[in-house]
Amino acid sequence: MSTNRISIILTSDKREPLQMAAMIASVGAVSGSEVIVFVSMNAMPYFFKNGPEHAPAAGSIGEVMEQKKAPHFMTLFEQAVELGDAKIYPCSMAMDLLEIGAQDLKPFVGDAMGLTKFLDDARDGQVWSF
Amino acid sequence: MVEKRIIDARGSFCPGPLMELIAGLKMMQVGDEAEVLSTDKGSANDIPEWVKKVGHAHLGTREEGNVWHVTVRKMK
Repeated sequence: MSTNRISIILTSDKREPLQMAAMIASVGAVSGSEVIVFVSMNAMPYFFKNGPEHAPAAGSIGEVMEQKKAPHFMTLFEQAVELGDAKIYPCSMAMDLLEIGAQDLKPFVGDAMGLTKFLDDARDGQVWSF
Repeated sequence: MVEKRIIDARGSFCPGPLMELIAGLKMMQVGDEAEVLSTDKGSANDIPEWVKKVGHAHLGTREEGNVWHVTVRKMK
């Protein structure tokens, strides 16, 4: 049992929640927490190999983030994996729905995970939803 | 011999400077020093917190103009 685990549920396609999730994932992972990110719903396309880079802003802060040099959320997710050993798992239901396989996802994304396994893994520690 | 590396993160926002520091530390030897240049005040406050949490040494922070210089020694 780990009490130092951060579990993140990522479903949004908007820039601000994606950015906040990526910030928590990256800083948490490099600060000694075990970080797992469960990606589903409208967040899925950003993790495709040829997925969109641009995420629409939900409000004014998102627009400012784009104008200034805020680190891109996908860069932060990749750094969370490479520098902090975070794990990013695509939702198996979403992958089935979209008819995609592991070969369609960015290389730093892990194997597909079902909700039952995620909920079990996320049972202890912090859970964040975006 | 101690190496001192400058990590120029000016213009980047939180957590960019911290992540650039961590990437730099991975390529450095124990005892080496990194000086992060940041225009992001939040990072100037946050980097020493991270350094303390993970067990490196914060050697100091100074502001010159609108640039913060945060110096860190790799301890492990």
